[in-house]
Amino acid sequence: MPDLDATPNPASPVGTAGLDGRDLRIGIDVGGTHTDAVVLDETNTVLAWTKQATTADVTTGLGNAVAAVLEELGPRRDRVGRVMLGTTHATNAILERRALGRVAVVRLGAPATTAVPPLLAWPADLREAVLLDSVIVGGGHLVDGYPIAPLDTDAIAAFLDSVEGRAEAVAVTGVFSPAFREQELEVATMVADRLGADVPVSLSHEIGSLGLVERENAAVLNAALYGVARGVTEALAAVLEGHGLEVTSYFAQNDGTLMAPDYAARYPVLTIGSGPANSLRGAAFLSGVSDAIVVDVGGTSSDLGVLVGGFPRESALAVDIGGVRTNFRMPDILGLAIGGGTRVRGEAGDVTVGPDSVGYALGTEGLSFGGEVATLTDAALVEGRVSIEGTDASRADGVRKLLSDALAQTDESVAEAVDQVSLGRSSQPLVAVGGGSFLVPDDVPGVSTVLRPRYGQVANAVGAAIAMASGRWETIVPAGPARAEALEEAKRIACQRAIQAGAEPSQVDVVELTEVPLSYLPEPAIRVHVKAAGPLGRV
Amino acid sequence: MPLSMADMHAYPRVREINADNLDALARGCAILGTGGGGSVDTGLLTSRSAIEKSGPVPVVTLDELADDAVVVPLSGVGAPTVSLEMLPSEQDVVALAAEIQRIMGRPIDAVMSSEIGGSNGVHPVAWASQLGVPLVDCDGMGRAFPEVQMVSMNVAGLPVNFIVLADVIGNVSVIRPVDGEWSERLARAAAVASGAHSLMADYVLTAAECRGAVIDATVSQAVALGSATVGAGDPLAALVETLDARSLVSGKIIDIERRTGGGFVRGSVVIEGTGADRGRLVRVEIQNENLVVLDEGEVLASVPDLITLVDTASAQAISTESLRYGQRVSVLAWACDPLWRTPRGLEIAGPRAFGYDLDFVPVEEIGSTTIGAPRA
Repeated sequence: MPDLDATPNPASPVGTAGLDGRDLRIGIDVGGTHTDAVVLDETNTVLAWTKQATTADVTTGLGNAVAAVLEELGPRRDRVGRVMLGTTHATNAILERRALGRVAVVRLGAPATTAVPPLLAWPADLREAVLLDSVIVGGGHLVDGYPIAPLDTDAIAAFLDSVEGRAEAVAVTGVFSPAFREQELEVATMVADRLGADVPVSLSHEIGSLGLVERENAAVLNAALYGVARGVTEALAAVLEGHGLEVTSYFAQNDGTLMAPDYAARYPVLTIGSGPANSLRGAAFLSGVSDAIVVDVGGTSSDLGVLVGGFPRESALAVDIGGVRTNFRMPDILGLAIGGGTRVRGEAGDVTVGPDSVGYALGTEGLSFGGEVATLTDAALVEGRVSIEGTDASRADGVRKLLSDALAQTDESVAEAVDQVSLGRSSQPLVAVGGGSFLVPDDVPGVSTVLRPRYGQVANAVGAAIAMASGRWETIVPAGPARAEALEEAKRIACQRAIQAGAEPSQVDVVELTEVPLSYLPEPAIRVHVKAAGPLGRV
Repeated sequence: MPLSMADMHAYPRVREINADNLDALARGCAILGTGGGGSVDTGLLTSRSAIEKSGPVPVVTLDELADDAVVVPLSGVGAPTVSLEMLPSEQDVVALAAEIQRIMGRPIDAVMSSEIGGSNGVHPVAWASQLGVPLVDCDGMGRAFPEVQMVSMNVAGLPVNFIVLADVIGNVSVIRPVDGEWSERLARAAAVASGAHSLMADYVLTAAECRGAVIDATVSQAVALGSATVGAGDPLAALVETLDARSLVSGKIIDIERRTGGGFVRGSVVIEGTGADRGRLVRVEIQNENLVVLDEGEVLASVPDLITLVDTASAQAISTESLRYGQRVSVLAWACDPLWRTPRGLEIAGPRAFGYDLDFVPVEEIGSTTIGAPRA
């Protein structure tokens, strides 16, 4: 990979110190192949950065990245006050069915919903790993708030007694709980009374939106991840302690904002998908634009997303995590099998690009690096889009035409993907970040300009370091005169949740408010989604 | 008796729905949904759960049932967003069947789908399983339509004797409407009181009455359509061949307009041709389902013929709610069952029934000179 700017700028201004002089923060992003870290000061100037290999246990790579930037900081390391971590621990735990907690699943809604038992469509091995036992009891509401059945507290008590001592967590999901949440809260109290306050409870209305199966899945995954969340917190604490750092840590979540540790401990599932969100936010910050298309080119693949007002545009579609369908709001990302290590095969006129990549091995297997494999990086070298120290592009002379065809084909794929994510809005800038961003040509149809910000190769870690804290709330409000008051309550709850997540109370604002009218209903009603965000409060 | 599409295409008869062909059924129902009919996801879940619990569901033809066998056409009515939250009960269909038995004086023998297109094509697998009766290889539309009276039994002139509704709470309602329009109005009102969703049986029939009044072999057709694309080198070509469809255009969605009103999603989508279709602009008019395809003012296809937009690469159906800018799609159209092309069929569900001032022309007879070839 080209080393674009390895030395931090020594002339960069140092921000005014915090109250206690701890004005620096470390942003870390653990990705599939690389673990990146940056150090920023109060003026958001990059003081140090690194790109390390992600290790199988994640934590070792994390430690290496922290060690590398602290080394570079030298004596200034004492000024580090905060660490922001975007990590794949939770995703990996789900994909590998590892370290997951056994969950007792309670659904409130009988006699409705009995035709679809909890966790029905989960992959069998994941269900086996997570599901302790489940019950569907009387409770829940119709869409207009009329009760389906009274809350069957006897059945809940009997179920909780039956799992006592075996349940590591409880997940509770009620029909239409995003609009009528009291029953879920009542069950949480029952769990604390019967199983003890140290058995965590995951309430669906705090985690997902309408769509019972997807929301229940998200609540159960969240419950299964409590142990993993504790593990990450401890691992990070151990790494920091090993370096003698006493700092406040935050976790990046899927919308590009941060959670304080006690909040992340309650909603670990929200850490899933933080990578693309961090990269988009970092690209916005580094390039200074808040509305743009972003392409993050890695070694194996590229992610395209869209920035709207500085935040990632979110996907309206259901999201699969480890084979489980959920309805989180995730960044709307279009993936392409194009990266620096992507293999090029065939002959001139009949070229095949990827989808496989040599990944890490580019530095030994790539043609220009002395190896035998033609890759897109070789194509970029031959075409003069990048120069990388220690490479010899003449080794690729024999396949020059093939590589040139491959790059033309890649350019076309990128242009088509850019058009697709633009939704027809042309003449926005395209921000190219990531280690392989040199593959993106300077001239892409449909965009006003291609921006290549400094430190773009670690945009994801920068995104973690600059993120704000946020809170969300989703509910159904009546469309009539009661709407205004219900909207105010929804905004108040979203702001409260942002403060819980670590935002400075005096600077929290509602950054997003969407209202969607529901069709075919007896009384007109509106589904409301509110997001509030603010800068982190003082530590 | 009109020749049915199934006879023309000779789809292999499906003898049961099991864990192996359920997904194909759902994919096929999505294609027959012509953009509407509701998501097949919930029906897939209830049916999978039923099959896991009680085994495969037998599928029978009308000929295999005794003349006096009681066949119950079933569908869900109400708001699609609600059915994703208030999931179905295992008990509603049992309560509904008990009421029909009381009225008919004998147990029911089989269930059928009122509407094979979309969610109502898949759910009946679960309902048949929960009742322990077979599913009949037919339905009341051969596609999806937005209103209760738009069924083949109505086209065939059968009277609506009674409607039975059962909700998730356990309430059962019997309605005796004077005609198909009143059945729509009253059934919807009852469903709204039950939380905007209910299970419904209408046109409860004997097997003898069903013959000629239903669209035959549509369960088999759906499974064949859903299987056609699996493992195919060119899924779109495979689907077009299995459907005997015309590929009206392949291109990119460049504009979508949607309005919600009167309980329907109305609007249109514009597709800009690519490849062999470069330079063409084709518009599809939508009211929940895809209803009319226009190319420079010329009608390429119209309801009740079937019009489905599929992803050009995977040939999977795209519902009208999921359409978005930039998608690479192909517009397929193929002939509806001949029953819908009769004067009464067109009166109930022809272009004018949806407010379009144009005469229905069979898809195989129009625009043949301007139609682009399927993607090679």
